[in-house]
Amino acid sequence: MDPLVLKKLNQARNERKACVLVTNLGDGRDRLVLEGHMVEGELGEAITKALLTGKSTTVQISETEFFLNAHLPPPSIIVIGAVHITQAMVPIAKMAGYDLEVIDPRTAFATQERFEGTPVHAEWPEDVLAENPLDAYCALAAVTHDPKIDDFPIAEALRRSCFYVGALGSRKTHGKRVERLLADGIRQEQIDRIKAPIGLNIGAASPQEIAVAVMAEIIDAFRNRGLS
Amino acid sequence: MTEQASLDDELTLAETWMKAGKEVAIATVVSTWGSAPRRSGSHLVIDEEGNFEGSVSGGCVEGAVVAEAIDVITSGEPKMLEFGVADETAFEVGLSCGGNIRVYVERVG
Repeated sequence: MDPLVLKKLNQARNERKACVLVTNLGDGRDRLVLEGHMVEGELGEAITKALLTGKSTTVQISETEFFLNAHLPPPSIIVIGAVHITQAMVPIAKMAGYDLEVIDPRTAFATQERFEGTPVHAEWPEDVLAENPLDAYCALAAVTHDPKIDDFPIAEALRRSCFYVGALGSRKTHGKRVERLLADGIRQEQIDRIKAPIGLNIGAASPQEIAVAVMAEIIDAFRNRGLS
Repeated sequence: MTEQASLDDELTLAETWMKAGKEVAIATVVSTWGSAPRRSGSHLVIDEEGNFEGSVSGGCVEGAVVAEAIDVITSGEPKMLEFGVADETAFEVGLSCGGNIRVYVERVG
């Protein structure tokens, strides 16, 4: 392995950038392909697939065997609102292999007792997200219903290209939210990325069912995300 | 948001060892069949003295991989190793889980 490639690989991993290390198993030469720097042809298709699935695999291109080692940042779910739905999301996220953190400035909701084993920030999203910025491997679900709490992180998630942005609330509530986001300078095509009402339309009624619908929507967004 | 889970921190260690002037080899699981304890892409890093970190199996074949890695560090030529119940090496080092794995061993630099 080229020491420079190793250095670049570690740098990409530290910066939470998805990449594939491509090793020619015939001559041992390797190169790093970062997400967004696509490669042409059959090898390129295999690299794209590795980036989508996160699965490392060998691939045979004519006479040569390559190993594609996919390095994806672990997807992270940030939930704004330490509510009943959020509590139900915790075990599902854990089971599906997603990190989950909760932010809610209302200290009565954001308690460690209600979210055992899960990072809970009883602070304003503005403060938490300044310290730990969102990125393309974060999903943001805003479920407080309170514009004072939800609006900033929704706008921030759109600016930071989170792979999923969902917001709880009726169509009417969302209509008003759209007006506020437009006034805040967010473009319409960015706003169109918001999943609202939140969750896949499975007729979910209870907090637990809504949690399933939201988690399914997040998984769908992650596995089918655009890679351009 | 959360820091990268240290699933493959062997790669960070390989860089650290290299900077410290050590000779380093990286072994990588490139394919698995049947029941194998470590998925494709898992690493074992080895220095020229045989110190190692990480894993390519559940501890079944690491000893053999380390020995081969020291050869690879000396020669500079990468090697493909195969382990499994179907071949003779299974009796020596053996994957008790019954799987087969291919491990690619290469020198850094």
